[in-house]
Amino acid sequence: MLTRRIIPCLDVTGGRVVKGVQFLELRDAGDPVEIAEAYDQQGADELTFLDITASSDGRDTMVDVVRRTAERVFMPLTVGGGIRVVEDIRRMLNAGADKVSINTAAVDRPEFVNEAAERFGSQCTVVAIDARQVPGEQRWEVYTHGGRKPTGIDVVEWATRMESFGAGEILLTSMDRDGTKDGYDLALTRAVVDAVSIPVIASGGVGNLEHLYDGFSIAGASACLAASIFHFRQHTVQEAKQYLQGRGVPVRMV
Amino acid sequence: MIAIIDYGMGNLRSVQKGFERIGFAAEVTADPARLLAAEKIVLPGVGAFRDCIHNLEQGGFVEPILQVIAEGRPFLGICLGLQLLFSESEEFGRHKGLGVIPGRVVRFPEGMQEQGEKLPVPHMGWNQISLKAETPLFKGIQDNSNVYFVHSYYVKPDDPTAIAATCNYGLEFCAAIRKDNLMATQFHPEKSQGIGLQMLKNFAEMKG
Repeated sequence: MLTRRIIPCLDVTGGRVVKGVQFLELRDAGDPVEIAEAYDQQGADELTFLDITASSDGRDTMVDVVRRTAERVFMPLTVGGGIRVVEDIRRMLNAGADKVSINTAAVDRPEFVNEAAERFGSQCTVVAIDARQVPGEQRWEVYTHGGRKPTGIDVVEWATRMESFGAGEILLTSMDRDGTKDGYDLALTRAVVDAVSIPVIASGGVGNLEHLYDGFSIAGASACLAASIFHFRQHTVQEAKQYLQGRGVPVRMV
Repeated sequence: MIAIIDYGMGNLRSVQKGFERIGFAAEVTADPARLLAAEKIVLPGVGAFRDCIHNLEQGGFVEPILQVIAEGRPFLGICLGLQLLFSESEEFGRHKGLGVIPGRVVRFPEGMQEQGEKLPVPHMGWNQISLKAETPLFKGIQDNSNVYFVHSYYVKPDDPTAIAATCNYGLEFCAAIRKDNLMATQFHPEKSQGIGLQMLKNFAEMKG
């Protein structure tokens, strides 16, 4: 049986892992390669690096982080943040990434997702969606530029469209929940899981192990992304998996 | 020398780094002559079947690949590198493969379900393999080990005795084949942590 994936996410800027609350108040959480190795030891199923600077000089730093990580860690590695043209993808894949996640550039030019999927395959084309709930309604709007800029696009429609453009996976972040530790936006995640046939990664808001369980069992996510609960050693990935296994979620134990 | 065939598709660095990690040098090469000079050959691959076959043809790799396999040199196909060995694929129309293993490459059917949840395609993540045949590649590997998959198509060999391992995802599919010194996996050993590195080591230590 396919196991459900636990994916630690490392927000990286200036070659350091940081974590903020709703994209503000950044706290230093350490060296990305060392942290990646620790998660590898703990049995993480994949790793995601998000380049939250995404300036051009920051990009070189990120390529270096990816390269050094790929030399030491043998599991799937996704890189996102500032992926705008085919050449950005090629650089990251050549550095050792397996997938790239595309966010703002997909909204600016949806054909870019198509080009990426045709050139490198759907399996390495992740579309990241930052979502906010429309106040008082059971629908969500796509935001770009790190969650600052509203687009007027409906999240469920957008996810479906991105699937048709060749996306192989959706990384779905609730900007309302990100950094709050209140748990994933389960209604949002369930709505997207039901709308598409590709895997959906739940992201934003996980504060305890039960939230991971809810993401899988209530929202139906293929994978759960988490940062703070692992970075600040509240839990290890192994503890998370033991907990999930105890509650009947199929996970890979190492 | 282990040669990793570079025909312009995907992340070859991981395979090379995997071999390096376990103490074996591997050369990524786009030169068919280097392939013919190698003791062992790895055919990796991600992307679309059609583009991969096209690139192999353009790069002058088809004849050398058929030759080294016919000679019985240890050969490892990974993911699309497994699918390319088959007679034909139905990905984006019908396309002929290398034809080393008689059989077809087909897509997972629509609407697969498990415990009331639909099964997404691609099949992406860690799943267990059931070992079906002895092969040097699986030396020391336990049955039901978790390995990393990412694919929307799977292979159906005409001859079931070619199957070295299977996996379940909505249906039981072929996760690895072996025929003499030719081995190929649908999963990614280079992304399967310790178990995957063990397989790469087993391959690197094979006698030609």
